[in-house]
This record gives sequence, C-alpha cells and structure tokens, in this order.
Amino acid sequence: MSGQEEPTGVSRRRLFGWMGAGTAGVLAAGATGGLIGRATAVETAASSAGPDDAVPFTGAHQAGIVTPAQDRLHFVALDVITDDRDELVELLRTWTDAARRMTAGRDAGPVGAVDGERYAPPDDTGEALGLPASGLTLTIGFGPTLFETVDGGDRFGLAARRPAPLVELPAFAGDQLDPAISGGDLCIQACANDPQVAVHAVRNLVRLGAGVVSVRWSQLGFGRTSSTSTGQATPRNLFGFKDGTNNLKAENEQALDRFVWVADGDSGGDWLAGGSYLVARRIRMLIEPWDTATLDEQHRTIGRTKGTGAPLGQRAEFDPVDVTKQVDGEFAIPETSHVFLAHPSNSGTAILRRGYSFVDGSDGLGRLDAGLFFIAYQRDPATGFVQVQRNLRRDALNEYVRHTSSAVFACPPGVRGDGDWWGRALFTG
Amino acid sequence: MSLRNRRAALAPALALVVLTAACGESDDAAGGSSPAAETIPVAASDDACDVGTAELEAGTYEFEVTNGGSTTTEFYVYAEGDRVMAEAENIAPEQSRPLLVELPAGEYETACKPGMTGDGIRNPLTVTGDSERLSEDESLAQAGTDYQRYVRSQTAALLEQTTAFTGAVTAGDVERAKALYPVARTYWERIEPVAEIFGDLDPLIDGREGDQEEGQDFTGFHRIEKALWETGDVSGMGPYADKLLTDVQRIVELADGTTLEPLQLANGAKALLDEVATGKITGEEDRYSHTDLWDFAANLEGSQAAVQALRPYLEEADPELVAEIDERFAATETELRQYRAGDGWVLHDQLTQEQLRGLSDSVTALTASVSEVAAVVADR
Repeated sequence: MSGQEEPTGVSRRRLFGWMGAGTAGVLAAGATGGLIGRATAVETAASSAGPDDAVPFTGAHQAGIVTPAQDRLHFVALDVITDDRDELVELLRTWTDAARRMTAGRDAGPVGAVDGERYAPPDDTGEALGLPASGLTLTIGFGPTLFETVDGGDRFGLAARRPAPLVELPAFAGDQLDPAISGGDLCIQACANDPQVAVHAVRNLVRLGAGVVSVRWSQLGFGRTSSTSTGQATPRNLFGFKDGTNNLKAENEQALDRFVWVADGDSGGDWLAGGSYLVARRIRMLIEPWDTATLDEQHRTIGRTKGTGAPLGQRAEFDPVDVTKQVDGEFAIPETSHVFLAHPSNSGTAILRRGYSFVDGSDGLGRLDAGLFFIAYQRDPATGFVQVQRNLRRDALNEYVRHTSSAVFACPPGVRGDGDWWGRALFTG
Repeated sequence: MSLRNRRAALAPALALVVLTAACGESDDAAGGSSPAAETIPVAASDDACDVGTAELEAGTYEFEVTNGGSTTTEFYVYAEGDRVMAEAENIAPEQSRPLLVELPAGEYETACKPGMTGDGIRNPLTVTGDSERLSEDESLAQAGTDYQRYVRSQTAALLEQTTAFTGAVTAGDVERAKALYPVARTYWERIEPVAEIFGDLDPLIDGREGDQEEGQDFTGFHRIEKALWETGDVSGMGPYADKLLTDVQRIVELADGTTLEPLQLANGAKALLDEVATGKITGEEDRYSHTDLWDFAANLEGSQAAVQALRPYLEEADPELVAEIDERFAATETELRQYRAGDGWVLHDQLTQEQLRGLSDSVTALTASVSEVAAVVADR
C-alpha cells in the first residue's frame, strides 16, 4: 500500500510521463521548420524522445501508425457481444479516457491501482506501477463485422456507413487461415518499449469491456520488424534478414498522404479521413527448413544480402533496388525473389509495414511456432496489401512461410481534444 | 463499465430509514416449529401451481406443497426482485412437503418449478398488515439471517440426496448412482461459500484428483464419479460412499449453525461465479461425468441467493448496480438455458468452443458487476 503515502498525482511514473510529453512538445516546436508538417511533426519529435517517454495520444492521426515503431506489441481482436449501441459508445468513451491516461504513463482509472476503496476491485491492475510511459501507443480499428454481421445484420445502424474498401480480404494461394485467430469486430494495437506496459494496457482495456466485448484472439510480438522513421536502424526478422529497408517512413509526408491516410473524398471519408486501414496477418515462418538452407539460397529467396541488407548486385542497404541489373548474364535480383516481387516498381504500390516477430512456444513436434506478425497500414487494402500479396504468388519465400490468420480494420483518425473519443465521427456523424 | 462513474455520483451515505418487505424477527422461520401456523395447501403439477389463497394477513404460515406432477419440483416464496423468503427443494412426484415461512406485509410471488429449473409457474401473493421499517444497518443484519434460511433449505436437500446417491453406490446400482450424482451436487454447489469456511471438510467432500497432499487419500464425490464413469465398477466404493455421507452430515451440521456476515455474502456471491469461470466452463470440475453444467447452474443460483439476501440494502444504497446485476443474471441464465436437455443439461464435452465462449462472456460480465457489491456493503 505504499502508493497511499505518495501525494496524489505525482508518482515517479507520472512525472516521467509529463516530462516525456513536455520534451516532445519542445522538440516539435524546434524541429518543424519547413520540412515536416502536421501530425508527422509531433510523431517525429516523439522519436527524438527516449524509449521511456510518452508519445502524445491526441493528433490528426492515431499514434501507433507512423510513430517510430516501438520494440513490443500486444495486439487484440475483439467481438462486440452486446446489440446495444449506447453500451458500445459508452465503452469507446471509457476506453478513450483509459488510453489517454495509460499512454501518459498513468493508471488506467482515475483512482489508481492502490489508492481505491479497500473492498472494491482496483481500477487499475497495478503491474505498470513505477514503470515509465515506455512510448505506449494504443491504436483502435473497426472490422467489417462491426458494420454488418456475417449474415447481413445491422446491429448498430452502421451498415450504411461502412466504407467500400472495408471488406474481408480475398483468399490468397497457399493461405492456411484459422478462423479462430482471424477477423474481429474491433482491434486494439498496443505498442511499447516495455512488454509489461503493452500487456498492462490491453489487459485493462479488456477488463473495462466486460459485458460489451469479448476477446476473439490476441498476439504478442517482440522485436519490431520494420522501421517507420529514417531515425531508426533497420531491424532483422527471424529469418535473420533486415526487414523494412524500403518501408514508407514518417518523414515522407507526400507518400503517406498518397498510400497511407484515407482522404476526405475517399469512401467513408466523412468519418475515416485521416485514418487508415490496418491489415494483420500471422505469418508462421518455417524456421527449421530455412535454417538448413544455404546462404546463397537465402540470398536468392529474399533478393538482398543477409549481412548489409544491400539489394543483390549492389553494395549498401539503401542502394536502389535495380530490377534490371544483370550480373554474369543473369538478373542480379531473381525474378522469384521476395524483394523483386514486393518492390513498388513491380507491385505498383506501397504500404506502411509495422510488423513484429513472435514465438508462441513450440508446436509439439519440437519446432518453433514462430514467425512474423505482419501489420500494414494503407489507404485502401485493395490497392495496398491485396495488390502486393497477389503479386507474391511466385515468391520463393512462400516455401518458408504460412499465413495462418488474417484480419482487416478501419482505424479512425486521431482523437482531437479533451472531449473527443475513439470513433466519435462514426457514431455521431 | 460505467459503474465507477455512477458510484462516485452516489451520495456517500444514505441515512434514510427504508421501507422493506423483510422482517426483523424471522430468525428461525424455516427451521423452527411454530405450532400456531395456519396451513395453506399448494397443489403443484407439471403446468399449474395452485396456492390456497392469494391474500394473507402478516404472520407465520405453513405451506403444504403436494407434487401431483410427473417430475420433481420446487416451491418458492419470493419477495420483490426474487428474494427468496422460503423454498422447498426436490419434491418428488406424489410427495408432500411442509414449508414454514414468516411473511411481513408486502407483495410476494409464489412459484412452483417443475423440473427444478427456470422461472417457474408464478402467482402473486399479497400480505396485508403493518410493515416493518428497517434501517440500512438492520437490513444488512437481516441479510445474514435470510441467507442462513436459504442455506438450511439447501443442506436439508443435500443430505437427502447424498443419502440416496451413496445408497445407490453401496447397492452397486451404477445407473441410479449416475443419475443422482449431479442432483446431489446441485445442493452442494449452491452453498459452497459456506462450505469453504470449513476448510478441512471441503477438500474431503469435493477435492479433485491431484488436489491431495502426498499420502492423503482421494475421497468424496469425485472419487466415486471416477469409478462410475471410468470403469463402471463401484465394488470398492462402499467405504468412500460411507465417508462421503459422514462428511456431508458433519458439514451440514456446521453450516446450519453458521450465519455469514454481509461482506462474506458479497464475497461468496463473487466466489461462486469464479467457480463457474475457473472450474465449470473449463470442464475441470466433473472431468469424468462431464456434468459440469449442473454445477454451473447451481453456482449461479447460489450466487444469486447471496446477492438477493443483500438486496433490501443494495436497493437503497445502489439501485443502478442492482438493476445491472439483475440484467446480467438474467442474461447468463438465458445463455445457459440454451443447453437444457430434459431434466438436466447438455454434457460439457458436447459443447463447442463458441458455445463455451458465450457462457464465459456472460459470466465475465456478471462477475464484473457482482464484484462491486462488497464495496457497497462495506460503505456502511
């Protein structure tokens, strides 16, 4: 009960949160210049802050999309189990309040984990006491089944407001999807630099949702597999390769407007403008066959070198991918390599990747149940992930991966002021 | 999820003297013998529940319930919000059962429950005369007494049914024993918050295989359950049947003499729902017979009985919470009722993951609401 001795509101953790937010604000003011505008300025400034600091919760876009990717993920998909629209709206408001507090490094509820009534369950679960904000971002998305159930039911009067692009993804060759870990009416992506902070956030939001939502599936991730800012080094995925070298970056605002953010004139733009579509795919990597493949085979499968991450035929990681370059009469980057097929010059589009590695123990046969929990943000799934994935039909990498889950969500724009809440424009517009 | 905001908005203390249907002098209404009580006949059948009168003067009465139907029935007298004033359990066809109850002025309902489930066949019962006014403190004090009355109605049936069950085991009648097993457990599972107070007896009666310390024998309901369903051979079960009956007799004696404090009632109501979530929905409780839904239903009824005992107080202190709890008990019952099969329930191993998730979701919501009761009680 040590918390009772502290003056209300100035625990060490809270102080961390405020300092973080303040620092970010100062840097944003100084760094904006003419280079970066709007929300990206805030997001980028946050990247200059340390891994313990808070990322601003409010803004034109939700945090957790172009925010420099944190190290840890707890992703949860939920089904709405009430038919009462008011209950759902009340939960979204409650969640927004809790998210505001937790992303600032504070407890989920207004009273806190240890300062409440003796005979009442605490309004925070406590495992993040004493931990800093850790860059926590909470990003919400609405699935197609929130708008219209599988059998065509319009539970919440939202069917007419479903944006045309928000439909289940089509089947792709080689899919081995498990429906139990696919889909969902809602999702929450929690990213943080401390896994305990991310888990704490999801756990408390789920707790607050009792009777209104039910967890459908969830996924823990460690080790970001993409950079979303030029300030970040490119991480490696579980295949041992640098991943996300050519990812869209927060600093490239024009590309974000073209490929990531839904615009006013887009379908559903009346409530979704400034938002984005999230595609999630649990991609199991067949680790053991990969580990026994030769280095040359691994290089030719990916289309980059394992050491520097340079495109084959080039020297350095950020050298351009030149799909026409030949070495000894053969294309340097094989036409069946992942990079060749996925690169914007061949896929004709770009997506913002924000995936995480996962290891869900082993599979009972002594093999790692591991892979990439792929997350991508785009302005329209059809011209984003779907277009890229269709182009990967001949990808040599398919021999080493299995897609085991699939989900798509429309993530609304950012929460603006103090009275705003997740999805307000959808439910009140 | 809105409870906290709502609770914060409530006046911290309601000093009102409240009007309630309960009465301060009914200490021993069910267990004692009041020779002057007037007898009211109740004719229960499969589709009717004919009570001799619909209007009474405040006082003590003996309902004589006769089951003319084809299935076992129960008879209840409910105060507002289904607060149990008295109940007679497990009345077999052709049987009669007396039920003594003290009724202060107020509006009541009588109910017969053929098949021992559901809302039952209801009739209004108006009791006229002077109403007692109870303070919040008095209505809280009354809660323990009300609940004790419930416990006694359950322990009587528990003893009766355990006697029948162990008798069938001793006689080697496997089919009859299998049929009686979930029925006897129903009365046990309804009052587990009381049983758990007697820490050494609970594991002897209800311990699961693997719960025992090294050198300790595996005894009780589940030992016999294992023999009945795994091998169908109960030839070695005689001593276990005898011991179970002895242990149940002891716990019944102890439970009948125990009055729970309001906070124990609040925590007990939640503990029973935790039992559902951790033992029944998972199928761990009755892992050989898979009769977990009988126990589920019983835990739910027991939890509701504990909340209802607190009801007169809660309705004054936090009416919105009471409304939410009522709604969520009803939602859980509706969810559960889908799996009714004849006089019993679908077996746990026949439920799909999706069906179990539906049950789990409703219990999770209910538990969240019931977990708020303790603080309201402690506010006094």
